[in-house]
Amino acid sequence: MGNVIRGRPLVAGEAQGQALVSSEPLSFWGGYDQRTGEIIDRRHPLSGERAAGKVLAVPFTRGSSTTTAVLLEAVRLGTAPAAILTTGPDSFLALASIVADELYGTPFPVIALQPEAFAALHSGDWLQLREDGTIQVERVRQTTKGEVSRE
Amino acid sequence: MPLTLTDHDRALLSGEHGPAARMAMSIIVRMAEVFGAERLLNIQGAHIDSALYMGDATLEFAERLASLGARVVVPTSLNVSGVDERGWREWAVPPDWAEKARRQMAAYQGMGCAPTWTCTPYQTGFKPRPGQQIAWGESNAIAFANSVIGARTERYPDLLDICAAITGRVPAVGLHLKENRAATLLLRLVDVPHELQADDSFYPVLGHLMGKLAGEGKPAVLGLQAAPGEDQLKTLCAAAASSGSVGLFHLVGITPEAPTLQAAFQGREPEQTIDVTLDMLRAARRELTSAAGQALDMVALGCPHFSLAEFRRLAPLLQGRRRHPQVRFLVTTNRAMAARAEQAGLLEPLRRFGGQVTLDTCILTTPMLPPEVKVLMTHSAKYAYYAPGLLSTQVVFGELEDCVRSAVEGRVMRDESLWGT
Repeated sequence: MGNVIRGRPLVAGEAQGQALVSSEPLSFWGGYDQRTGEIIDRRHPLSGERAAGKVLAVPFTRGSSTTTAVLLEAVRLGTAPAAILTTGPDSFLALASIVADELYGTPFPVIALQPEAFAALHSGDWLQLREDGTIQVERVRQTTKGEVSRE
Repeated sequence: MPLTLTDHDRALLSGEHGPAARMAMSIIVRMAEVFGAERLLNIQGAHIDSALYMGDATLEFAERLASLGARVVVPTSLNVSGVDERGWREWAVPPDWAEKARRQMAAYQGMGCAPTWTCTPYQTGFKPRPGQQIAWGESNAIAFANSVIGARTERYPDLLDICAAITGRVPAVGLHLKENRAATLLLRLVDVPHELQADDSFYPVLGHLMGKLAGEGKPAVLGLQAAPGEDQLKTLCAAAASSGSVGLFHLVGITPEAPTLQAAFQGREPEQTIDVTLDMLRAARRELTSAAGQALDMVALGCPHFSLAEFRRLAPLLQGRRRHPQVRFLVTTNRAMAARAEQAGLLEPLRRFGGQVTLDTCILTTPMLPPEVKVLMTHSAKYAYYAPGLLSTQVVFGELEDCVRSAVEGRVMRDESLWGT
């Protein structure tokens, strides 16, 4: 089951993956290891998490204008998130996807959410993103045996 | 309102000005749609961060544009490069990296960009005029151009900056438009002693705190009694653009768009008002240090790039002293500034001290530090902010005098008298 939220696609596309969510903005330069897809900003709550192949949700990018280059390199190396969700039209992230499209033909979806929709996301949720900006959210729960089940 | 393009825009987009301009314009137009822009506007200058080698993707992007015959159509300066072309062998830079970084530099020079190779174009002959529309990359330079000079640029990311320079066109959004340049957040300095406000170390700390408090907002600072100099404002910009997404701030009574509090907010009410206390600044200063103890491997100065005035300040501190043999002492700047410093006799004292100069790049943008450098001391909030994540070093933030003293003693020495505890 699960519920559906709707955002504005900055770069439209389909993707699915496990959500990795933080309300803290992230700088990819100095914050994202393009070789491994690990978040390496030691001041960030997601420090040590691997975002490669996941749906990364951060409100916006912070700091240096080199974020785009790091993310483009991650796309090239296959360590980029499957999609990125933000709370506003983050140009740094959308650009990385648009250039990945122009250069390699491999864009990733970037979707801007309303703050309330963003706030309802949790790390571990299974997200399915559609071309029109709708996102199917399935809450995943750890059972007592450590198994994973979907709500 | 949908995006309206001019005949010239459409000509660029359809390839009438060549395939490189077509690709650059396609990226500009798609980004204009992301921003919800209604039109594009002309720029009169650009500063390009894209020439920095970050991996093969940035090199492939550069060489794709170059191979398509890209040329910039406005005066364009270049930000730091990925390698010090002459000095890289003295450090731990892998030859493969140096080669690719050089190829990327050559690609951008071939497009007609000036080889300034600096994060401080505003101190290196590429200072825009107030009100001028420009497209700048490099976060400290963006904050400086907007806030200190009153020029108008959005926060241009890598790869978009060069598209703007090739087309001369940018989306008419954000900080390009006067109505978006009003402050949103008021920071009132309440009990910060004048003596501290006049000190160089105050500005990176204020910037670090300002960035944290502002996030994406546009802060206005009220209560600065000192008249900060250009280099102090430079360190303020670099710090605020590291800990936050600050592309524009106002210092009431100091910066050009804020002669009064009312002007800074364009007559609107602040969304938020925060009193900045000495205790908050002390806490921000403490945050910039991650290392405990006195162990020290290296002192790094020049982030943003050291200016002639900063070389002038440093030289007398080095007279008759020599660094401890276990501590490296590095200043990062650009080729033009180093030539001026040499001419002024300011590099000789640095050499006698046992210090080194790295040109056109910095410790964050070229893999130069050998692995034995584990604790780094700096007067730069930006170096202090990024070093733990990018370089995996511990960091000590200290004043310039303390950086020199620590390099001489071979261990971290900090004079806390100005800041108290």
